[in-house]
Amino acid sequence: MSKKNDGAGLNSRLIRRPIQRWAPLFILPVFAAFCIGFVWPFIQGIYLSFCNFNVPSDAKWVGVQNYSKIWTDASFWNAFKNTALFAIVTILLINVVAFTVAYALTQKMRGSNLFRTVFFMPNLIGGVVLGYIWSMIFDGILRAYSTYLTANATYGFWGLVVLVSWQQIGYMMIIYIAGLQAVPEDMLEAAKIDGASGSQTLFKVIIPNVMPSITTCTFLTLTNGFKLFDQNLALTGGLPSVIENGAKMNKTELLALNIYSTYNINKNWHGVAQAKAVIFFILVAVLAITQQYFTRSKEVQQ
Amino acid sequence: MKKLIALLLACMMVIGLFAACAGEAKPTEPKADDTKPAGTEAPAPTEGGETAATGSVYYLNFKPEFDGALQELAKTYTENTGVPVKVVTAASGDYATTLNAQMGKDGAPTIYNIGNMSGLKDWDDYALDLTGSAVAGELTTNDFNLYNAAGELKAIGYCYESFGIIVNTELLEQAGHSLDEIKDFASLKAVVEDIHARAGELGFDAFTSAGLDGSSSWRFSGHLANMPLFYEFRDDGVTEQPATITGAYLDNFKNIWDLYINNSATPAANLTSATGDQAEAEFGEGKAVFYQNGTWEYAALTTDKFSLDPAKIAMIPIYCGVDGEENAGLCSGTENCWAINSKASAEDIQASLDFLYWLVTDADASAVLVDQLGAVPFKGCPDSTNKFIVDGNKLLSEGKYAVTWAFNFTPNVDSFRATLVTALAAYSAGTGSWDDVVSAFVDGWAIEYNTVNG
Repeated sequence: MSKKNDGAGLNSRLIRRPIQRWAPLFILPVFAAFCIGFVWPFIQGIYLSFCNFNVPSDAKWVGVQNYSKIWTDASFWNAFKNTALFAIVTILLINVVAFTVAYALTQKMRGSNLFRTVFFMPNLIGGVVLGYIWSMIFDGILRAYSTYLTANATYGFWGLVVLVSWQQIGYMMIIYIAGLQAVPEDMLEAAKIDGASGSQTLFKVIIPNVMPSITTCTFLTLTNGFKLFDQNLALTGGLPSVIENGAKMNKTELLALNIYSTYNINKNWHGVAQAKAVIFFILVAVLAITQQYFTRSKEVQQ
Repeated sequence: MKKLIALLLACMMVIGLFAACAGEAKPTEPKADDTKPAGTEAPAPTEGGETAATGSVYYLNFKPEFDGALQELAKTYTENTGVPVKVVTAASGDYATTLNAQMGKDGAPTIYNIGNMSGLKDWDDYALDLTGSAVAGELTTNDFNLYNAAGELKAIGYCYESFGIIVNTELLEQAGHSLDEIKDFASLKAVVEDIHARAGELGFDAFTSAGLDGSSSWRFSGHLANMPLFYEFRDDGVTEQPATITGAYLDNFKNIWDLYINNSATPAANLTSATGDQAEAEFGEGKAVFYQNGTWEYAALTTDKFSLDPAKIAMIPIYCGVDGEENAGLCSGTENCWAINSKASAEDIQASLDFLYWLVTDADASAVLVDQLGAVPFKGCPDSTNKFIVDGNKLLSEGKYAVTWAFNFTPNVDSFRATLVTALAAYSAGTGSWDDVVSAFVDGWAIEYNTVNG
């Protein structure tokens, strides 16, 4: 438990006392910001999901009516399906590729610093800008085959996967590189002396040791996948929009965009959008906590 | 125990902070309102806080292109009267969300825009009855106003716009044709197909690209789709949003759409990525003779972006093969209607009414209004010099019928148009059939109607 620098100095009463006494003062600004920016809107959001309202100040309580409307809303379930599929594909793709790239770039090769920088850079561009740029790229390519990005759901879906992978792989790669560099040298050496093969070293030594990074990265890709909005809006805007079984369906619409467009139908739908957002929150929270539980349990203590 | 005390202390301070904010918010409100326009008169509110019985104006503007001029007008008005006028312009396409957010706040907009009947349904509770107001008394026509179910005047149509097919008459003559030839769909088609067939030798094509990118698709999913809607509603005597439509004139829609996509330099399969700027540039640079758009394009084509000679461009009605269409005028209507926030304070309401009255009666202000907005239906306003508006008025004075904006009845308009664009794109690229367009139109209308009213 005790580490080298747990700050013995901090344990002296002279220092500890004032810190304990004045801590609330220093916590206060952030705490206030957290309340104003998160806690209060969150509570109000939950309240509004049970209301019919045009603007929040004239909300009228209607009970669970908004929630029951969601069950019959085919577009929500379509978006749910899209989102789940999208999250699974991107979690696998981004993590596998990011880990591979990170592994390659930690094998003392020339120019690895340059590659790290270049791979990380897409992450610095905003989602909407990326969406428009990639829609031009995809349309430019597809034009050669006399078709276009929003022609069917498949192009749009995989287009979004490519875009998001391109954007996030670099970021996850940095986390994996940090994890890989923290794998103790002596363990690797011991494995080598014991005659472990390359793949044995990877699966029995390296991966268990980078499990904390894997936890972080899967958490980030999972929540990013579910919360994706701007890239979705800018790349396809949910198109193609078709009529199926007597209902409107935006074939490449993910949950966040669905909530947004529901809100914009008219004032009767504001509460429904709010209810969808609450369900959305619970869903993401449950998934993220479950994922944390499972990957954490695989982490090893060094 | 200590921790608990500390936590309580922190909570108290937070609450104190809130109380302080809340206490402060009210007296500073009028100040916050006039910070922008009244930079010169900043010291006034210290004593003006109480004497602000004159109220203040917060105008949430719908038209981005009007922003600059409106800011200037607001400044002038404040200099003349001392009444603070704040003008905020919502980003293009974001008006509904901006209005919604602003209306929920303290110091909500006092003047805002209602676009159509479904907008009025959303905002009826927030719109002042303008019947008998001074500004309403200045109107020359009530055609563009919005009335609620009780017959109260809730929003004043302050400018109207027309759209049709913009023609480069110089190029038309170079191709050996003249405007007089074009009287209906058959004659339009003959001219267009002749020009397209000789595009190589002429150096220009008939139509600009009918782009279905988001920046251009509204010209077709919204404006061109008005043709079948208008004629159907005219036949059926529709005066309010119908639950279903029959699509009786969709063959005519197909006529004109086919004409657009088959007679332009852009292959039909590339339309989804063709933008509004692209079509505008094709026309502005003299690469195409015909360009479907509206009176609002006048400034861009003649001065702002391109320098076409106003004498050499014209706007003609959209013909699509309907009986009697040789008597059609341009498609005229508006999405620009002033509403006053009925939940604002009495002083602010009065200030807002006064400001609007000043806008339409003051000689200089109304001149700016006409210059910026084109056709403005108020008694004191001069006539517009916009060539397209002049063309439209000429058609009406010849006794042609105005094609009204039937698309203002469209339920859940964004979603309706998205489906229509998807179907049009697939049809144009050859991967979908016209039946899908018909379905997007007819079935789509019914679905959206149920969504909106369900």
